[in-house]
Amino acid sequence: MAVGSAGGHWQQLLELRDAYVAEDVHYVTTLKGLPEQFNLTNYTIVRDCNRDQKLDMAICAFGLLITALRKRPNVVVTTGALPGLLAIMIGKVIGARTIWIDSIANAEELSLSGQIASRHADLCLSQWAHVAKEGKVQFEGSIL
Amino acid sequence: MIFATVGTQLPFPRLIDALEDIAKRRDLRILAQTCDAGRQSDVLTLRSKMPPDEFADAFQSAPFIIAHAGIGTVLSARRYRKPLIILARRADLGEHRNDHQLATAAQMRERPGIYVAGNGDSLEDLIVNSGSLKPPSAEGSASKRLLVDCIRTFITQ
Repeated sequence: MAVGSAGGHWQQLLELRDAYVAEDVHYVTTLKGLPEQFNLTNYTIVRDCNRDQKLDMAICAFGLLITALRKRPNVVVTTGALPGLLAIMIGKVIGARTIWIDSIANAEELSLSGQIASRHADLCLSQWAHVAKEGKVQFEGSIL
Repeated sequence: MIFATVGTQLPFPRLIDALEDIAKRRDLRILAQTCDAGRQSDVLTLRSKMPPDEFADAFQSAPFIIAHAGIGTVLSARRYRKPLIILARRADLGEHRNDHQLATAAQMRERPGIYVAGNGDSLEDLIVNSGSLKPPSAEGSASKRLLVDCIRTFITQ
């Protein structure tokens, strides 16, 4: 299961699709019509949310949970943002291995979601070497 | 028509104001996606938000793109091979939570096909000389291949 919010997060998820194109991938994003722009047919749209919108957050989490229970992914990979963090948490619950790829926009420190995700994800990547110095965050390259 | 976009999250009035001035002075037609439903203009064609298919159409039919320094926009410019002029949002002007767009812009300065405007004047210079703008290359970097390999290895292990 590959999860990314509409906008830069989604674009980065798709930039990296060579990494999972050989697998059976189910994509999840937050904007209707977006997967079609990338010729994708296996996808689910969930509610977008940020940390100030608790109700949207609950609706988003519910959508992700239903999708995860239906698709039973072995791996959850996400580029953020908050819906991606929720997907990591749900991935842990259903026993999937989880990957957080922090957005390249976060050049100074890990995003807030990324900081939380880094404590739970099996693999946590920053796209900046100097951001990846702490804890179990790794730098293994960037999309640019 | 020239296409300008400020992304999906926040309005960016400094960019739209500058484009309004430039379009008026230079008699240009610009379609701008503003993320600002209240904004109106008699010189620019404005859309607050655009569905993905319309966005893709506007992007692909423009000779070049003017935008905030968002990663999504940079990646779209690379995907559709369109020269991109960016103006970074600044936290001190209340345009974003922090200055990550300045960092992105600094990072982009060296990339072919991406042109960083420091302010409205340099934005106007770039627009006036748009004939010399080159599209970004679509090729992935060595760094991207490393990242893809790392993720693929993790997934298949």
